[in-house]
Amino acid sequence: MNAFLAVLRRDLRLAFAQGGSVGLVVGFFVIAATLFPLASGPERAELARVAPAVIWIGALLATLLSLDRMFQADLEDGSLDLLLAGGAPSSLVVLAKCLAHWLSTGLPLVIVSPLLSLLLGLDGAGTIMLGKTLLLGTPTLSLIGAVGAGLTVGVRRAGILIAVLVLPLYVPVLIFGAGAVDLAMLGLDTGPSLALLGAVLLVSLPVGTLGAAAALRLAAL
Amino acid sequence: MMLTRLANPTRFMRLADRLLPWLAAATVLAFAAGLVWGLGFAPPDYQQGDTVRIMFVHVPAAWLAMFGYSFMAVASFVALVWKHPLADVAAKAAAPLGAGFCLIALITGSLWGEPMWGTWWVWDARLTSMLVLFFLYVGYIALWSAIDEPERAARAAAILALVGAVNVPIVKFSVDWWSTLHQPASVIRMDGPTIDASILWPLAINALAFQLYFVTVLLWRMKAELIGRRIRALTLGIAAREA
Repeated sequence: MNAFLAVLRRDLRLAFAQGGSVGLVVGFFVIAATLFPLASGPERAELARVAPAVIWIGALLATLLSLDRMFQADLEDGSLDLLLAGGAPSSLVVLAKCLAHWLSTGLPLVIVSPLLSLLLGLDGAGTIMLGKTLLLGTPTLSLIGAVGAGLTVGVRRAGILIAVLVLPLYVPVLIFGAGAVDLAMLGLDTGPSLALLGAVLLVSLPVGTLGAAAALRLAAL
Repeated sequence: MMLTRLANPTRFMRLADRLLPWLAAATVLAFAAGLVWGLGFAPPDYQQGDTVRIMFVHVPAAWLAMFGYSFMAVASFVALVWKHPLADVAAKAAAPLGAGFCLIALITGSLWGEPMWGTWWVWDARLTSMLVLFFLYVGYIALWSAIDEPERAARAAAILALVGAVNVPIVKFSVDWWSTLHQPASVIRMDGPTIDASILWPLAINALAFQLYFVTVLLWRMKAELIGRRIRALTLGIAAREA
């Protein structure tokens, strides 16, 4: 548990320190979503209809951007070997790093999402549901992304490779996440979508941590 | 046990050399029988006419695309758990085959969709999940080619294949759910009347032909991969001696 907290604290301090990526990720998220109306035209009804899709895709891409540094920086300065040799289970280390990644990318996205839904003309019910789905869905993005980041650590052009590996696996989160917001805007029952989003999170919890841990042990050989 | 005996690459190569001519001949025969029967003699559909014949290529290709991924996942599992030296070779050899069948299924599906549904592409659940499966294959192949050392590439690809295999049912289910959410059943399905024997037989023979092709080319590719690794080892040995 001590190791878990130590890794978490270290990663959070690195992420929020000067030169960390939190501000950049949020900036990318907002800019990407703002570009969309410029390309599609400013009709509010039209924008509100596609807003869940735009914001969810923005969140997906923003998460992707920060994934390639998840383990790469640790590999470069040698701390990855220490973390794995430190005696704590490697999946616990991965879990701590995923939590830190989510707190420094997923959670900020959830926090700024109301601003974006305001910009894109989403109604109240849609905005609340968007926040809920992002809250349930972005941890899954970090967990599955960890597998991609772990597999490509130390590989040339890792960033683009992670995108190819991980984006197809993001399909369920995208479908249930954006789908629930659509349902909420139509005034329909969103319970099943949220439950499924939670189920995907629960499945990706062991898959993501064990998969990424196996990948990291491989890279640190 | 059979699998342990085959762990010796030389023994495997000898067995493959003995099997390959027979397998290749059987593949050609099955293709000749299945395609001629399916494309030439099977009765046209009462609604779709002759376009239904695309099915004889499309359906087996789609089956093999799914079979290829399951095969890859099982081989990766064997490679990770029992460290069987041929399992990762088999998984690597199966990936481009599966991706190829996936592409054939997508393209023939598109060619079939144009006369039937009036459009080259619909965001139907089956088409979409086949497309995602294709992307998974592409990721797997990309990971193999991104890592230079075969040992590490094999382990990394095996982990990816297993993580993907856990996710494939979820992706499939979510796409089904999405498709029912977004569009009601507006697409003509071929599961109206049960398939008649006059169509089922050529379909089965074609499926057999595709399967035989898969096994033949798989053995071929495994042989090539083993020889490639041997060459790599020899070259490294020579380079080490010269240095």
